[in-house]
Amino acid sequence: MMLITCPWCGPRNETEFHYGGEAGVAYPTDPAALSDEEWGRFLFVRANPKGVLHERWSHSAGCRRWFSLHRDTVTHEVGPAR
Amino acid sequence: MSGVPEQPDRLWRSAEPRRHYQVVIVGGGGHGLATAYYLARNHGIADVAVLERGWLAGGNMARNTTIIRSNYLWEASAGIYEHSLKLWETLEAELGYPILFSQRGVLNLAHSPQEVRDGVRRVQANLLAGVDAQWLDPTDVAAVCPIVNVSPQLRYPVLGATYQPRGGIAKHDYVAWGFARAATDLGVDIIEHCEVTGFKRRDGRVTGVRTTRGDIGAHTVALSAAGHTSVLADMVGLRVPLQSHALQALVSDLLQPVHPTVVMSNAVHVYVSQAHKGELVMGAGIDAHNSYSQRGAVHVIERQLAAAVELFPVFARAHVLRTWGGIVDVSPDASPIVGLTGIDGLTINCGWGTGGFKATPGVGWCYAHTIAHGQPHNLNAPFTLDRFTTGALVDEHGAAAVAH
Repeated sequence: MMLITCPWCGPRNETEFHYGGEAGVAYPTDPAALSDEEWGRFLFVRANPKGVLHERWSHSAGCRRWFSLHRDTVTHEVGPAR
Repeated sequence: MSGVPEQPDRLWRSAEPRRHYQVVIVGGGGHGLATAYYLARNHGIADVAVLERGWLAGGNMARNTTIIRSNYLWEASAGIYEHSLKLWETLEAELGYPILFSQRGVLNLAHSPQEVRDGVRRVQANLLAGVDAQWLDPTDVAAVCPIVNVSPQLRYPVLGATYQPRGGIAKHDYVAWGFARAATDLGVDIIEHCEVTGFKRRDGRVTGVRTTRGDIGAHTVALSAAGHTSVLADMVGLRVPLQSHALQALVSDLLQPVHPTVVMSNAVHVYVSQAHKGELVMGAGIDAHNSYSQRGAVHVIERQLAAAVELFPVFARAHVLRTWGGIVDVSPDASPIVGLTGIDGLTINCGWGTGGFKATPGVGWCYAHTIAHGQPHNLNAPFTLDRFTTGALVDEHGAAAVAH
């Protein structure tokens, strides 16, 4: 059970949160200009590092705020967005 | 239930790495070993090394819940999984080694009207694809597996189930050892404690791997590393649509035979069988977040056991003996990726997510063909990496979203 710090509510159990995957994936500025390969990459490919991942979480059973944090995918050590 | 046979001291030959092989397979799990075996057996290619970072079959091959079935919704999936199931049916004789393959049947429970509709549809699709399948009402479910609680009073009552009588379980370690022994008998080198740390390239082509035991050249490098595929792919600049998650399982203490079949429930996230020795083997859903830590969160186990006890009231008196986790590579359409990569000299087998064990002989057969011919076998042709560009997905979430 991870202890995750919601920027609004403070540290809460992992079970109060919903996972949102990699953070900072921007919607393409001109989607129509993308090739099929680029569009497929935007839709389907996300970072999957063995180590620190910048990712989205939602405090879904609390204040419902979405936020970003850094988490190590091996040790599960959690730190704030940098 | 049958006893477990005695093992000899050594089953396969451990090798020192040579400097070059025709094929280097990265990952000494069930898939890698089966691929090596079928390369030698079907294609006469025995100049093969299987590299394993840890010990042989110590990753997901040692951590899965050993369920075997082929009752997938789509034709492409039924094709490769049914090919695999047919290989399972003769594998013991093929390998000359006991694998305790037990066709005790697999029930997939439906708990809502929508799951009933989906289940009935899947049964019809299976019958058209040549896969054995039946729809059972709750009374029939209780006849197949008397310990399932089919009372309408349950929070998520059992409204029916699909049943595949030819499905079942096998002893996962013996499967790996059987393939390892048969492969080394045909001349394959199995090299344990040999971690790939990079790739050798020339003019864009992959020409070998760098490892903790030195560089090894290869005409073809065949990835078969499950949850660590992304780590390897990143080394060679290949972006794969995978997310690695922890998937947990557990066993109870040893019990008298109480559970005659395999029961899976997607809606309440539990699947369970009783192993030959007598322990109940249970799996759950994945932990939601990405992870490379081979352990998961306790709350996932807690929910899984709550579901199990509701469905099987007799389990309330069993004890959890141990729990563990493995790292599974989940693809966007819950289907595997088996084929070419667009990089010469590099092939890929990954994305089996939570359900790769059942495919072990089938994927070994097809991946070996892909490596030997430089082209996919027709059974893995739908499972290319470029389906995420063309959009020709094989969306199995409907049939196999959680439990595989």
